[in-house]
Amino acid sequence: MSLGPHLFLALLEGTVTALVLALTALGLSLVFGVMRIVNIAHGEFFMLGAVLAWWFGSLVGGSALVGFLVALLLGPLVVGAIAVASDWLILRRVDYDPESTIVATIGLLYIIQQIVLTFYGGDAKSVEAPVYFRVSFPWFGYSGYKLVVAGTSALLLIGTWIVISRTQMGLYMRATQQDEEMAQAYGVPVRRVYALVFGFGAALAAAAGVLVVPMQQAHYLMGLDPLLLSFIVVIIGGLGNLRGTLVAAFVIGITDGVISVFFSPTLAKILATLLVALVLVVRPGGLFGEEEA
Amino acid sequence: MNRRIFARVLALHLGVVALLLVAQFFLSPYHHTNLARIMIFATFASGYNILLGYTGLLSLGHAMFFAAGVYGAGLPVFYLGFGAPEAFATGVASSFALAIVFGLIVIRTGGVSFLIVTLMFAQAAFLATLYFNEITLGDQGIVISQTLPPLEVGGAVLEFSDPDVKYNAALLLFAVAFLVCMAIVYSPIGRVFVAIRENEARTRMLGYNTYKYKLASLTISATISGASGAMYALLFSYIGSTFASIEYSIFPLLWTLVGGMGTLLGPLLGTGLMFYLVDIASGLTESHLIVVGIALVALVLYFPKGLMGTIREKWLPWLP
Repeated sequence: MSLGPHLFLALLEGTVTALVLALTALGLSLVFGVMRIVNIAHGEFFMLGAVLAWWFGSLVGGSALVGFLVALLLGPLVVGAIAVASDWLILRRVDYDPESTIVATIGLLYIIQQIVLTFYGGDAKSVEAPVYFRVSFPWFGYSGYKLVVAGTSALLLIGTWIVISRTQMGLYMRATQQDEEMAQAYGVPVRRVYALVFGFGAALAAAAGVLVVPMQQAHYLMGLDPLLLSFIVVIIGGLGNLRGTLVAAFVIGITDGVISVFFSPTLAKILATLLVALVLVVRPGGLFGEEEA
Repeated sequence: MNRRIFARVLALHLGVVALLLVAQFFLSPYHHTNLARIMIFATFASGYNILLGYTGLLSLGHAMFFAAGVYGAGLPVFYLGFGAPEAFATGVASSFALAIVFGLIVIRTGGVSFLIVTLMFAQAAFLATLYFNEITLGDQGIVISQTLPPLEVGGAVLEFSDPDVKYNAALLLFAVAFLVCMAIVYSPIGRVFVAIRENEARTRMLGYNTYKYKLASLTISATISGASGAMYALLFSYIGSTFASIEYSIFPLLWTLVGGMGTLLGPLLGTGLMFYLVDIASGLTESHLIVVGIALVALVLYFPKGLMGTIREKWLPWLP
């Protein structure tokens, strides 16, 4: 293949990555924006989604499509419920103090990871793709499932945007993000909003996890990569800035696709990580965030 | 400060060191080796504690400094045939240099940003140990016992595979770090660290350049962590990427919190307790790291001051 098709492939891969990444990072960004906490366990919710996709798949048996649909529906719900429960049992009790929350979510990370290790095992397991077709371009064939993933992610992103901008719940979320005390004074049930946002953010990560399993296997340690990538995206996009998060997911996803096709993926990761850390040093609010005092 | 209290503090801490010195004659070989490891990790945690416990900065990137010590000491032994003292020196020097460069950049950030930036840099360092696979041999690591020459001190030949050498070298490292930490805590610099922890804005208003003090705290903390890494590499003769992984950033946080941050004895107690808890759990289940998770959550919920912090609060207010 010559340069053109190579670049096209890189862009295609990048777009798929970007959409899944946007879904994961949006969850993290939402939690940070509304609750002002950093959730280190976010990647584990992604991993739980992936593992549940495998579990539902083997439970339903038969058609991979049914298993996939069940997983896509129930996976995020289950993970969301787990997140709400951990908000209730842990985060609320430390009053969302930033440092205690970080330590607590590191603890949560280990607890989830090790429970999955106990019941699911240490081996990576693969899940059959629910649909199998190839889209043939003049230069290469491309997995149709990846396009389905991109489409589903896009739909979920639009859905999230509708929830945030058009529903009462979304209004509550935005009010809490702007001024928690004022929101409470106007009758917004802030505590409940916190629990729901934490659950919602986890559910988004889980949905992303369900979607990627047929492309990469489910493994109990798979949560660290999406966590770090989400951090990168959320930082570049501005902590808590949802629109910035989406833009950044595309920038990172597509750059990652292009660099990984042409250079070493590890080098790409090192450079991206260093660059992002420097961004945060120079502009604490993120590239697209407002300048903080 | 009250002289009698200081005498009491000094007696207690020297007593702990003396206890560790005597303990080696009574311990079974198994606990003997464990305690050597614990003392090295406790040194790591003591270094971490200077930053978290006394200056109030939560880092999630200390694996980077530990690994700088490990590689800084191990690679020269493997490639250049360095002896133990030179290798230890290069290990400490590399973590010191890394801390200064890194500190100049990250001290600008505070709070949550500091945590994320330290995490990211440490991850970049971890990936770098994998990327430069030809030199570091990546995740399989290097065993350096073949190339490390035994140490000759005044006619006596010390083999690093000898458990007694391990134990006493670890004890020496720990004792020095322990006393250095005590000296810092009681020094004017240490007082400024605590002032920054309690209220940074006010400290700045009093005329202290908090940027410089935070940089100093990070450098001291990282150098002690690096020294423990260098010692670990020499005594247990293995260097590998694991030491740069996120696990080794979380462990010192855990050990410090369990023992009680901002206490001198806390890191030792916390490291010892967690070491044995994880050890016992690993005999019972493959998922033994769940102990780490449960401990972190339980600490935050029920025991935010840790062991020594609670003891200090309830019974011994004079503890440093």
